[in-house]
Amino acid sequence: MFNLDGKRALVTGATGGLGGEIAKMLHARGAHVAISGTRAEKLQSLASELGDRVSIVPCNLSDGDAVDALPKAAEAAMGGAVDILVANAGITRDGLLMRMKQDDWDLVQKVNLESYFRLSKACLRPMMKSRWGRIIGITSVVGVTGNPGQTNYAASKAGMIGFSKSLAQEVASRGVTVNCIAPGFIASPMTDALNESQKEAILTKIPAGDLGSGADIANAALYLASNEASYVTGQTLHVNGGMAMI
Amino acid sequence: MSDVLARVTKMVVEHLDVEEDKVTGNAHFIDDLGADSLDNVELVMAFEEEFDIEIPDDAAEHIQTVGDAVKFISEKVG
Repeated sequence: MFNLDGKRALVTGATGGLGGEIAKMLHARGAHVAISGTRAEKLQSLASELGDRVSIVPCNLSDGDAVDALPKAAEAAMGGAVDILVANAGITRDGLLMRMKQDDWDLVQKVNLESYFRLSKACLRPMMKSRWGRIIGITSVVGVTGNPGQTNYAASKAGMIGFSKSLAQEVASRGVTVNCIAPGFIASPMTDALNESQKEAILTKIPAGDLGSGADIANAALYLASNEASYVTGQTLHVNGGMAMI
Repeated sequence: MSDVLARVTKMVVEHLDVEEDKVTGNAHFIDDLGADSLDNVELVMAFEEEFDIEIPDDAAEHIQTVGDAVKFISEKVG
């Protein structure tokens, strides 16, 4: 079960907590992983930790041309086209809409949503040719529930879900699945910085009574990447300890 | 022209998994050769690669038969 021997995966945002865990999980199950991000030292240390079957492909996702070139760079580095795309990189520029600047809107759409479009498009052709492919977008619970202060972020994440459902219908007959994972509150440096009362307020909304971990998301990614999930497409897998049931 | 026809025929046979004698000039990709809309897109992209040409979207829409493809490509590669 869940064996990825011989598969090649591209994980964006691999320097972040979630992306790093996802890359490690796919790698542990046999995939060659191309890890992408903007912080070179972090990519290097993750690569050293993983050992073999890993390639570093730096990319700035706010640069459209660089994003278009990323799957080719990953293909060259791994010696074959990308079988599994995990579009994990994302940014926030939070603020109430009344105060939100146009740049805050534009940049979030570009990095979170437009890069998903560009990467999917560039990865699709070889996937269709080989009649096997997995496209996994890491979205967010707020893309479905909304969240004050995150109109831009929630719109980009909801956009990823709609994009995935449409593309899933276009390519289902070619053995290519397109799904999203929507994490809830996941323990990270950001949640570590919250004080006790803030943490408590969050936990009252989570039936599971705890924050999620990167491994919880990586497990979901492994499932969607696997052969076992070949009949699952156009779905959003919510991994949130029950905080939103959709 | 004949070279283009031979190459196009071979690509169509391979891509759509059909018998070569079915791939005539009048053969319609969707109606006669069992292609779907995605096959059409893939074929057009394959033609672009094989012949090193660009087939704009509005032209691609009009490539419905094997003959259409051969005619368009022959004009392009001159």
